[in-house]
Amino acid sequence: MTEDEKVSATGKRIGRVAREYATQQAKEAGRRKELEAAETPVTADGPAIPPRGTPIIEVTDIGKSYGRVIALKDVTTSVKAGEVTCVLGDNGAGKSTFIKILAGAHQHTEGTFLVDGEERHLSSPRDALALGIATVYQDLAVVPLMPVWRNFFLGSEPVKGIWPARRLDVEFMKKTTRSELLAMGIDLRDVDQPIGTLSGGERQCVAIARAVYFGARVLILDEPTAALGVKQSGVVLKYIAKARDRGLGVVFITHNPHHAYPVGDRFMLLRRGRSMGDFPKSELTVQDLTSMMAGGAELESLAHELERTMGSSNDIVAELKAEAEAEAK
Amino acid sequence: MTTTAVADERVVRTSPVASVMKRPEIGALLAAVAIFAFFALTTDTFATAQGASTWLDSASTIGIMAVAVSLLMIGGEFDLSAGAITGFTGLVVGVLTTEYGLNIWVAILVSLGLALGVGFLNGLMVMKTGLPSFIVTLGTFFVLQGIDLAGTKALIGQVAIQGMRNVPYYDQPQKLFGSSFEFAGGTVVVSILWWIAVTAFATWVLLRTRVGNWVFAVGGAKQSARQVGVPVVGTKIGLFMTTAGCGWLVGMLLLFSSSTVQSNTGVGQEFIYIICAVVGGCLLTGGYGSAIGAAFGALIYGMANQGIVYAGWDNNWLKAFLGAMLLGAVLLNEWVRKRAEEAR
Repeated sequence: MTEDEKVSATGKRIGRVAREYATQQAKEAGRRKELEAAETPVTADGPAIPPRGTPIIEVTDIGKSYGRVIALKDVTTSVKAGEVTCVLGDNGAGKSTFIKILAGAHQHTEGTFLVDGEERHLSSPRDALALGIATVYQDLAVVPLMPVWRNFFLGSEPVKGIWPARRLDVEFMKKTTRSELLAMGIDLRDVDQPIGTLSGGERQCVAIARAVYFGARVLILDEPTAALGVKQSGVVLKYIAKARDRGLGVVFITHNPHHAYPVGDRFMLLRRGRSMGDFPKSELTVQDLTSMMAGGAELESLAHELERTMGSSNDIVAELKAEAEAEAK
Repeated sequence: MTTTAVADERVVRTSPVASVMKRPEIGALLAAVAIFAFFALTTDTFATAQGASTWLDSASTIGIMAVAVSLLMIGGEFDLSAGAITGFTGLVVGVLTTEYGLNIWVAILVSLGLALGVGFLNGLMVMKTGLPSFIVTLGTFFVLQGIDLAGTKALIGQVAIQGMRNVPYYDQPQKLFGSSFEFAGGTVVVSILWWIAVTAFATWVLLRTRVGNWVFAVGGAKQSARQVGVPVVGTKIGLFMTTAGCGWLVGMLLLFSSSTVQSNTGVGQEFIYIICAVVGGCLLTGGYGSAIGAAFGALIYGMANQGIVYAGWDNNWLKAFLGAMLLGAVLLNEWVRKRAEEAR
């Protein structure tokens, strides 16, 4: 099986679950429409979100090794409803392995992984999705030329009518897209516009809103700000806060402490596959976070090394030295 | 925070005219109107009922294929065997009935099965190898062309089917595929009705069903579609089979309207279908386009085809005209697409 086919097979399974769910949602929404007066907010009732502060995911000393290669070891953290857990680390620190375990794409080989207090071994992304753990990857899985509302429901389109006259419930789709995006604080003029006309940040937010609508209790965001400018990153951070305020648990993967600190409630740092600690916000300042990320001592040794090869007069060396000194203080 | 889904007051700013102008088929519609007006003014017979029935007839079989090809192109693929399959299906029915005495309805179903099989193979090869459909279907095009020419000659010793009218029960499918009736002073061939039905059905599927959503998605961003659970392989193979199925329909329409079919029927038409689809607003890169636009494209072809005859010009000018239309359409599509992407 090629990688493509694997993705396809997984995608299909997720799609099937989500489609069934969407159809059921559409039916329920129809019933609700009949029962209640018009103009009620249309939202999905995902698997129940527990009260704020309740841990949804708890991992203890979790690890993953591929044969003799240890990709991740001794990682402990928790994701609570209504809180943002930030996972920080440089390239190759083990962030991807960690989210793949949470997302069900990989199984952990050590430690315990609790969801709602129950030990789990997720064997596929579908398992994770069924538990309300949804992952928004960097490429967002959107089709640029299609309208926002078609993208929102793509692969899980609600339908009405009896076959062969079964058709998209366009009115419901448009209305839900608009109201779901509004609930995330995204105010689109027109859900009919191609999603490619939205800014990178807005597209990210549509992907987040989509995951939330399809029943996510825990959102895993894989470097959502990595490809964005300063302003767009700010927009995405705002929506992360919004998802948190709706009571979801958020796992925010990033290598930028300045993005993590304002929205995070808990910070877990990874380096070379090991956890450097799991801290609540109260125990950490943004300076602490930055210096732990940059690794003050390592910076100093790098400066020395460069000094030997490039000479002390070099600009880069001087800059690194100054930075290392600043970190030390 | 308001979560009610009331109509946003800012939407009103987009006038209905502006939103219609954003549709992919608008260019083809305007061009069709212009060409109609031109030939209606410069020739006497063009705008009469009899004249109209001639150019509608000529547009109808091209139109059915153009609509199918447009779906395929929106799905991000080409089918160069779409022309040859129309001849192939007709020949299969002709040979099986006139030479081997098979029941005509059975022969028609065998032909349909073969067509769907060719479509399935096209789709399977494209999806399994990952090769461009342009190359894969170029292969099947030549294979079919060879079978049409050499196979027919080997089996019946001729290059055209003869004696179709003597086949038992010929009248029954002939009513369905080859009849015509008088309407408002003109002759309406049944293929025009098929064309309208296929266009309406394709447009409905494309815009109002889940499958239609998938067609746009697999053409626009295959990987993304896969990630959200769209059955990419199934959708694309289905599109190839739809194209081949429409090829069968056109094969039947050609066979039963003239009671004969040549072994080179349909060869060379595949590019006309693609031109009609592009004139109708399909992007060559997939993910964008319109089925009804392709029908307008075929209408333009039919009108130009007959209009040039009525105007008394050399009908080889049609080729030059089609080429110019194609170039104009590609430029227009590019512009429309950019506008669509910058809609706000």
